[in-house]
Amino acid sequence: MLFFSVFKTLEGKEVVVEMKNGVELLGELHSVDQYLNVKLNNVRPVNADRFPQLASLRNCFIRGSVVRYISLSKSDVDVALLQDASRREAMKAN
Amino acid sequence: SLAELRERAMAAVKQPVDLVALSLDERVFVKCRGDRELRGTLHAFDQHLNMILGDVEETIREEVDGKTTERKREKEMLFVRGDVVILISPPVATQ
Repeated sequence: MLFFSVFKTLEGKEVVVEMKNGVELLGELHSVDQYLNVKLNNVRPVNADRFPQLASLRNCFIRGSVVRYISLSKSDVDVALLQDASRREAMKAN
Repeated sequence: SLAELRERAMAAVKQPVDLVALSLDERVFVKCRGDRELRGTLHAFDQHLNMILGDVEETIREEVDGKTTERKREKEMLFVRGDVVILISPPVATQ
């Protein structure tokens, strides 16, 4: 549940979701669920020239399994907290 | 305390995923599906190998007109979904 919690703290922040098909969407993270499905608001395509059909997209739901990367701002995360939480998760699994 | 947590992490390498924990806050090399490689600082991971990397350089190898080219991109903070990960390792010595 680590990344679910991380993304909950990022709700309202701007992210870029890159999907496995190469499509990149810049938007405001509206919500996330346990499968890391995401809903983005105020979407703007990053590669508008390659994917003109996305020009009219405003809000969307993205299935977690199609995501490759989500780009974040360094200022939106606390790396020390992340590392600590990861160590705890790793020890819980033991 | 943080030092105790770190010590216990070092001592408790039971599963392959525990090796990944040893690389927290270190530079790692990640080979991904789609002929991609990432180099970044490991800040977070889980049992699916979902990760958050900082100061990332992505290298993409592509075939364009029969020639293999390398493309690089940089991201300051990147979530990587675990199902694209092939391997995680400390950076290769030559880098």
